[in-house]
Amino acid sequence: MNDVLALEGVSKRYGAQVAVDAIDLTLRSGEFLTLLGPSGSGKTTTLMMVAGLQQPDTGTIRLNGASVADLPPYRRDIGMVFQHYALFPHMTVRRNVGFPLEMRRLARDEIARLVDEALELVRLPGLGDRLPKELSGGQQQRVALARALVYRPALLLMDEPLGALDRKLREQLQLEIKRVHRERGISVLYVTHDQEEALTMSDRIAVFDHGRIQQIGTPEELYDRPSTRFVASFVGDTNLVSGRTVSMADGVCEIETSAGRVRASARQPIANGAAVVVAVRPERVAFVSEEAGLAGVVTDVIFVGTARKYAVRLSDGTECFVLRQVGAASMAGVGATVRLSWDAAHATAFGA
Amino acid sequence: MKAVDGRIWLVLPAALVLAVAFLGPVGWLLARAFIFPEPGLQNFAVLWERPVYLKVIGNTLLISAVVTPVVVLLAFPVAHLMAHGSARLRRWLIFLVLVPFWTSLLVRAFATAILLQRHGVVNSLLVTLGLVDEPLPLLYNFGGLLAGCVQVLLPFVIFPLYSSMVRIDPAYMKAAATLGANPVRAFVRVYLPLTLPGLMTGGILVFISTLGYYVIPALLGGPRQQMISQMIQDQIATFGNWGMAGALSLVLLAVTGAMLLLLQLTVGLREVAR
Amino acid sequence: MREDGMRPWRILRAIMCCIVAVWLLAPLVVVVVISFSSAPFLQFPPPGFSLRWYAQLFSTPAWTNSLLVSVEIMVPAAFFATVLGTAASYSLVRGRVPGARLVMACLMLPIVVPGMITAAALFGVYRGLGLNGTLTGLIIGHTVLCLPYVVATVTSALRVQDARLEDAAATLGAPPWATFRHVTLPLVLPAVLSSLLVAMILTFDELIVSLFVSSARVRPVAVQMWSNLLGDFDPTISAIASVCFLLALLVLLADLALRAGKSSRIA
Repeated sequence: MNDVLALEGVSKRYGAQVAVDAIDLTLRSGEFLTLLGPSGSGKTTTLMMVAGLQQPDTGTIRLNGASVADLPPYRRDIGMVFQHYALFPHMTVRRNVGFPLEMRRLARDEIARLVDEALELVRLPGLGDRLPKELSGGQQQRVALARALVYRPALLLMDEPLGALDRKLREQLQLEIKRVHRERGISVLYVTHDQEEALTMSDRIAVFDHGRIQQIGTPEELYDRPSTRFVASFVGDTNLVSGRTVSMADGVCEIETSAGRVRASARQPIANGAAVVVAVRPERVAFVSEEAGLAGVVTDVIFVGTARKYAVRLSDGTECFVLRQVGAASMAGVGATVRLSWDAAHATAFGA
Repeated sequence: MKAVDGRIWLVLPAALVLAVAFLGPVGWLLARAFIFPEPGLQNFAVLWERPVYLKVIGNTLLISAVVTPVVVLLAFPVAHLMAHGSARLRRWLIFLVLVPFWTSLLVRAFATAILLQRHGVVNSLLVTLGLVDEPLPLLYNFGGLLAGCVQVLLPFVIFPLYSSMVRIDPAYMKAAATLGANPVRAFVRVYLPLTLPGLMTGGILVFISTLGYYVIPALLGGPRQQMISQMIQDQIATFGNWGMAGALSLVLLAVTGAMLLLLQLTVGLREVAR
Repeated sequence: MREDGMRPWRILRAIMCCIVAVWLLAPLVVVVVISFSSAPFLQFPPPGFSLRWYAQLFSTPAWTNSLLVSVEIMVPAAFFATVLGTAASYSLVRGRVPGARLVMACLMLPIVVPGMITAAALFGVYRGLGLNGTLTGLIIGHTVLCLPYVVATVTSALRVQDARLEDAAATLGAPPWATFRHVTLPLVLPAVLSSLLVAMILTFDELIVSLFVSSARVRPVAVQMWSNLLGDFDPTISAIASVCFLLALLVLLADLALRAGKSSRIA
């Protein structure tokens, strides 16, 4: 088994509230898996259970094949990075990073060597004697990372580590973390509510909603082939158009809306006449000239540097966005009447 | 599946000592009211019927009720200066208030007594300044008691009040000014209500403390200022009447509890750490 | 913020502050001055300077014995109160104690319950156990009286501290005792030491419980002062009062130093 981590049927409730509902998850060795979802969706609780800081009510958690049910956090082979760094304020950087090695009773010079190595890894070689309060947020987070990695744990857990940093710093550190991940080949379980961050960093993403995993897949899979409406709207920008199925054949539906007729793929068979919602990405929507597709009026054209975003109000009132790369001539001006359509392969229909 | 649950046991030693050396004995004393010398409610009947007991209880409540506003009134300007004065002034004032706060009750009561003697400093000053012809009786009466209580209790009001005041965002007063309130109205309608938590905390603290006082009335008050605690001591030391002592303790505790409930309902028992 | 028109208020405020300042400090100043008086009665201003009352204080067995007894009570009581109180605080704030709020409220009771009631209660129960007039009885009583202060101070310090630090230590491989020793305790030490100091001064000054529980032979300073006051007072008592005052001052300064140190060390 190459699985570093395996969760089976894990649940947790707080009183009457279900935080995590029977989830199954595996993390392969060396993989970067992100738990993505809005706050309260259960992703942090799941991470805490893997760390041992909270106990599941049902199910098993296995680290490297062995159940951790009776293992307290300090006996699990994990490293953890917290959102607010959790660096010990009364210890210098060296002592912070060396702390886990002290706990493992390594020799003093061995500790010194490994601490230097870890600080090199996160590109902070000279700051050993500083106190955490003397460091910037980004530096503190890097020290926290070094501290969590210095003893080479089997699994690295990260709880929204970049949430407290500003945008530029966040992007910088995302790359740093990826680099460290590659260099060390470590397995990472990452929690975030920022879907862009998840898409950038992960090998696979597990999307959480209300304690359940909606979909696990690579970023491309989640983006192009969302399996539920929640995933479609949470990951990336999506247009949602409501209508009724007219017919269905070979996994493709014909859908009637009050603005016109469109087609979309469907994961499961949908009965004729059933109400559906079609999810389609703005960059997959095209302006068409024939009398097909959906009728609408352009209400705004927004220039976003590399592309133009057209806000279109369909004749049934729905707002749609169309994204076109700059380069092609402007497709339509504000107030223009247009018709929109798309390839059925790039749109998904979900039961409403 | 215990991760870090062993920690709950650490509260046991303290809880045990508390139960055995405090809750138990106090419970025992309060029980005496219903058991000594015979089971029943006689002690309370006596308490109710014999005027001397009700008089002392009423007296105690009255004294506390008078002392409280005096202390609060005197504390207010000091707290205000502390909160709004310069940082240097604040430090000195805090020190000024802390020093007596940390000095023992006995020493301070004794010191006040010295000052208020017939030939003590205050009287000498008054006579020298020609304000009176004869030295005034300032001790062993309500005046002495009041002086002592104020001395001891001022810090108990100054600190919570200061805490409250310091938390008032100056933006409120500025807003009041721009909205057309003159300083007096702004003070009464905006500032004062915002200091209410501190006022309530300090006031109730003073009231409760005064209720239970023994040393100050014994040292500085006269026979007409006898308070409940002195009576309890009397019952035990002079009469050996544990039943009555228990009954009086129960009454004292009940009033104290009622005041605390009032505090909880109005402010919430967030103890301000010293 | 306060423009003219507030001047009369500010003058009034200044006057009242002066009155309060005098009211608070004058008695203490007078006591200290009289302790150096050469006259055998409490006259102010004193006619002359003399150290005789201090000499008398330290040569009279009644006083020196009582000082000894006070120390013999103070050290164990403060120590026990601090250790038990700190353990309880840690447990209440970080552990998951059922009914934690109730326990916490109970631990605060010794401050809330009037001293006379506690004293009478202990005296009554001690009678049956033969603990009246013993050091043990006094130590137990004082420990209980100091507990609330320790618990209040230490729980407040623990609450301010980030609980995540202990989680982090656990994930880094530290078992609970190591976490406490290396992470929690160093950060909460100023509060613990401060409450130790407070406890010491509290037991030293404590009168009411001591009054009931002590005997002629086992008698702390406060009780000795009290019996002296009710008899005839001479300036010896102002000498001991000054000593108490000086002690309080020293402890206050030590506590202030601790707090200043704490605020500069914590991130």
